[in-house]
Amino acid sequence: MPKWFTPAAILCGLMFAVSPLLIANAPYESTMGLVQKIFYFHLPSAMTFLISGVICGIASLRFLFGGDPRHDRTAWAAAELTVLFGLLTLITGPLWARKAWGVWWQWDVRLTSSLMGWMVSVAYLLVRKYGGPGSDKLAAGLALFGMANVPFVYISVNYWRTIHPATSVVPTLPASMGLPLWWCLAAFLLFFTLMLRLRARLEEQRARLDDLYLSLDE
Amino acid sequence: MFFRTVWLVLRKDLTVEVRSREIAYTTLFFAVSCVLVFAFALVKEGRPIEDGAAGILWIAIAFAGTLALGRTFERERQAETLRALLLAPADRPAIYVGKLLGIVGLLLAAALGLVPLVALLFQAPLLDHPFWLASIVTTGTLGFSAVGTLFAAMLVRARTRDVLLPVLLYPITVPVIIAGVRATAALLEPELDLAIVRFWCALLICFDVVFVTLALWTFEPLMTD
Amino acid sequence: MTLIKRAVACLTLLLLVSGGAVFAQQPAAPEQQGEFLPIDQLPPQDQLPAAPLLITAYAVVFVGFFGYVLSVARRLGTVQREIERLEADIKRTRKA
Repeated sequence: MPKWFTPAAILCGLMFAVSPLLIANAPYESTMGLVQKIFYFHLPSAMTFLISGVICGIASLRFLFGGDPRHDRTAWAAAELTVLFGLLTLITGPLWARKAWGVWWQWDVRLTSSLMGWMVSVAYLLVRKYGGPGSDKLAAGLALFGMANVPFVYISVNYWRTIHPATSVVPTLPASMGLPLWWCLAAFLLFFTLMLRLRARLEEQRARLDDLYLSLDE
Repeated sequence: MFFRTVWLVLRKDLTVEVRSREIAYTTLFFAVSCVLVFAFALVKEGRPIEDGAAGILWIAIAFAGTLALGRTFERERQAETLRALLLAPADRPAIYVGKLLGIVGLLLAAALGLVPLVALLFQAPLLDHPFWLASIVTTGTLGFSAVGTLFAAMLVRARTRDVLLPVLLYPITVPVIIAGVRATAALLEPELDLAIVRFWCALLICFDVVFVTLALWTFEPLMTD
Repeated sequence: MTLIKRAVACLTLLLLVSGGAVFAQQPAAPEQQGEFLPIDQLPPQDQLPAAPLLITAYAVVFVGFFGYVLSVARRLGTVQREIERLEADIKRTRKA
């Protein structure tokens, strides 16, 4: 593992340990009250979900046109993290919506497209698991189409009149709310980077194991 | 040269299909049975649910499309002709376009039978605006088949292709299906709002462009061993 | 390898601690924040209580992170053990 891993892991843990304090000290949003605080974890998970999808797509692209298995391993790791962060987004979102909108789920463009993007990443993992030989390229193709969905999710709130708050909300936040938000986002992205490295490491070790078995057969 | 290859691949598929008519008959029959199942499920006391027709038409097209895609490439696999096709000194994108056009043609033929049936069973004025309906169905089918052809071709070598094709295809093509359903539903409104129809049509064309470009771009590296 | 294990252990431990902090913090939050919010803007009694939703959301995130770290660590450990076993096997066969 790279040298930066352990210090970064400790830093990440500390950031998460501090985050509840920052969130608790942030002021109440005037209309939504307490439940608005879900946002400090919902937005970072959603951002990480989209970034992870893009990283998976770019890594797949480089794998497809370069053929380096390293990129393939990154893509796999990113896909698994896309599923994780997508799941967290799709759980924390409805928990907020239950209070703010009165319903758990709304068939609105942003929600639907996020769900769709998440399903693509689940399909990616299914292909990797059950696709058999040649599934690496198949999955890479899938990741590209999944990546094409990401900008759609991002702009959807600004183009359609949806019930979901628009992206323009974020820069208008007062500093007292912005600090915990950016702090959490940084913590999430750090966690994502660490897990991406660790998960890719797992694939590297698996590849090494395969090589060892091959050399044993010879 | 490109268009010649496209034409040759397309003609090959059409000739095989015209001789056996296997996929056309099975696809159409399957689509009709889908519609009938929905008719039993959704028509209550002689009254179909509102706006149901648009959704049912597209679900039937999507299901029948999956069946046709699986069958088309299964035929290629059994005879090992896809490998021969890929070994031939032809542009990969041209082969893709040829296959794509064949499947779009097949699905459009199925839709030709489906539309009157849905209009009849669900008392929907689907045929009031033939031009708009035709453009919606064509662009929607194209978007669906663009992704479908790519993945079905890639899945030819996979053992679990029958399960994986729908698993991969539906999440990706959901936007196309949604846009198609919304556009068709807008056509069924008593007072036609062309702005809405045009908006969804434009979105369908956008999806077509994105999907076809992505597929053309990746078909070559994806189909190389 | 020990480096990874240590790192994973650190990460999970800290996640756990901070997870605990969320639980400790949330119920206390309303009193603590009282001065920032005029009392008439507090959600009325007939509305849904927000705290369970909030606690569930934060718990889900921490449990998700924790579970994923654990799952990756477990898989990595299995592969690592097998590599070590194989390498020992190879060394033994070479010597013999």
